[in-house]
Amino acid sequence: MLNVIKIAARNLRRYQRRTILTSALITLGVVAVLLFISITGSFKSMMVGQITDSMIGHLQIHRKGYLASIDNLPLNRNLNQQQVAKVKEVLSGVDAVESFSMRIKLGAMFSNFTETTNIRLNTVIPEQEVKTVPLLSDRIVEGEKKDVLLQKGEILIPELIAKGMKVKAGDSVVLVANNKDGSVNGKTFLVSGVLEGISGPGGRDGVIHLDDAKELLRIDGVEISEIAVRLKNMDDLPRVFSSLKGEFASFTNKEGNPVFEVHTWEDLSPFYNIAQMIDLMTFFIKIMLVAIVLVSIMNVMIMAVYERINEIGTIAAIGTLPGKIMALFVTEGFLLGVLGTAVGTVISLVSIAVINAAGLTFNFGRQSNLVLAPTIGAGDVITIVLIVIGIAVAASLQPAYKAARMDPITALRHV
Amino acid sequence: MSLVNAINIEKTYQIGEISVNAIRGVNFNIEPASFVSFVGPSGSGKSTLLNMIGCLDSPTAGSLKIVGQDITSMVRKQAAHFRGEHIGFVFQDFNLIPILTVFENVEYPLLMVQNWPAKERKERVNNLLDAVGMGDQGDKYPSQISGGQKQRVAVARALVTNAKMVLADEPTANLDGETANRIINLMKKMRDEFGTTFIFSTHDPKVMQSAEIIFTLEDGKLLHRQNDNGGTNA
Repeated sequence: MLNVIKIAARNLRRYQRRTILTSALITLGVVAVLLFISITGSFKSMMVGQITDSMIGHLQIHRKGYLASIDNLPLNRNLNQQQVAKVKEVLSGVDAVESFSMRIKLGAMFSNFTETTNIRLNTVIPEQEVKTVPLLSDRIVEGEKKDVLLQKGEILIPELIAKGMKVKAGDSVVLVANNKDGSVNGKTFLVSGVLEGISGPGGRDGVIHLDDAKELLRIDGVEISEIAVRLKNMDDLPRVFSSLKGEFASFTNKEGNPVFEVHTWEDLSPFYNIAQMIDLMTFFIKIMLVAIVLVSIMNVMIMAVYERINEIGTIAAIGTLPGKIMALFVTEGFLLGVLGTAVGTVISLVSIAVINAAGLTFNFGRQSNLVLAPTIGAGDVITIVLIVIGIAVAASLQPAYKAARMDPITALRHV
Repeated sequence: MSLVNAINIEKTYQIGEISVNAIRGVNFNIEPASFVSFVGPSGSGKSTLLNMIGCLDSPTAGSLKIVGQDITSMVRKQAAHFRGEHIGFVFQDFNLIPILTVFENVEYPLLMVQNWPAKERKERVNNLLDAVGMGDQGDKYPSQISGGQKQRVAVARALVTNAKMVLADEPTANLDGETANRIINLMKKMRDEFGTTFIFSTHDPKVMQSAEIIFTLEDGKLLHRQNDNGGTNA
């Protein structure tokens, strides 16, 4: 085999310019794909991190039917004390769960004493919330950052309302809300900070303490709209989701219908569609790479066979077996693939390091100065390397087969 | 036992709807260590016959035995294997592989066809290069040597596997008269040294005279066989 590789390498060196051009084309394709994967992957993981760590959590558990009517923020579809206890019991038994946070979601009227507007509120137990969505505190763009997210009687208001209503940290505001029976109640709050808005559900909600919500809504006992769950390792999400979904499905009401519904962040955030689009684009970029490699290698190998017909006739006449002739040409394609991929991978890794060192920033939606930190996993690199080399070999097969099947007499007569 | 035994062999090519009889009922024997030439005008069937003896082609009818083996029913892979074991080739255009050095060209059949161990390979190639007078040119590439030298290398390559016979289709056609003589003398010397049968086709009268046995072909038929003692068989 070593001799076949040696001869194949010599043949590539014979047509140096062509070898360099073909390898350069493959290199270009590999660099484009690896950089695209690393940059979009970085963007995707950054956005997913923002969404899950500052808002949604990795998973959410609701009473069945809550999500379908979440736009209305229904208070009559909250989990009751018994159901909450059941969820706590299940989650406490799952090792992969890092923390969970119980929330009541509601709509209210927000008044600065001169103007009134609508506000959506997320009411939380601060200690639970910061453990479950640790980046929430980072979204506070105005107001003093404290050890505790917020105290009872305080409110974090969304940026848009702060600007529109000209409210700032330290101001007093009034929230007026209907409870599930229709009675109205109001309570004064101190604005402790302004929250940066981010895209997705809950990204423009205000935040108050759960006890304040219970007072405002006159709730006795326990009522919870949603339970956000954070996992120790996000890679465990599919496994934990599947296990929790199965477990919660076994809890049914008197009619035999499930009591709970479990959703991952992917079901809850519209960004998942963007993430899917990125994956789709990555797939098509890979297809383009395959096409580049296939066309360039096949073209070069067809030319190589055509130019060496007489030589093929000679080696066939002196007894080289068809399999070995085929191996010679397939190895040439393989080496071209290896050369292009090796150079492409090195250039890509260096480029990724340079981009990281340069600290490039970008804006997304209302978020600005996000630092681009592209990374690429060994798995992605290995996949691309294997695809390119595999396609290079596949593209050489037809010309190599043609060479191996060539009639020595006809080949020897070829001028 | 004859090295080559042809009984009533025929070769017919189908070109469209026309059948061309390239060889018509030819019979002959070639003994080991002979120096044989097939002569005749263009289109007489010399190359076709040489291709069949070289297992590059097979007869349409008749029996053709090489080294006692009937080659008429061999498939492509068997034929390649047989050629690698028993037959060496010298071509009109030398057909050396340009990316390999002189040494590597001679080494090629041992390396890629017969898989000899490195030490024996090196020894054998050096012996052959010395025998053809190219011992000091091993590191050169074909583009760096003359036509006569190329043909010497081709002879060494043909002999390196201990082939029973070497087939040479117009081996001197691209050489000047003096170089052609040297190549023919080299072939004779190799025949004497290694006992290899040399079979070549030519229509060069000088080369013809060097052959010990001459088969004359015309229109695909063997007209007569002439031995170097002057004996002729019709």
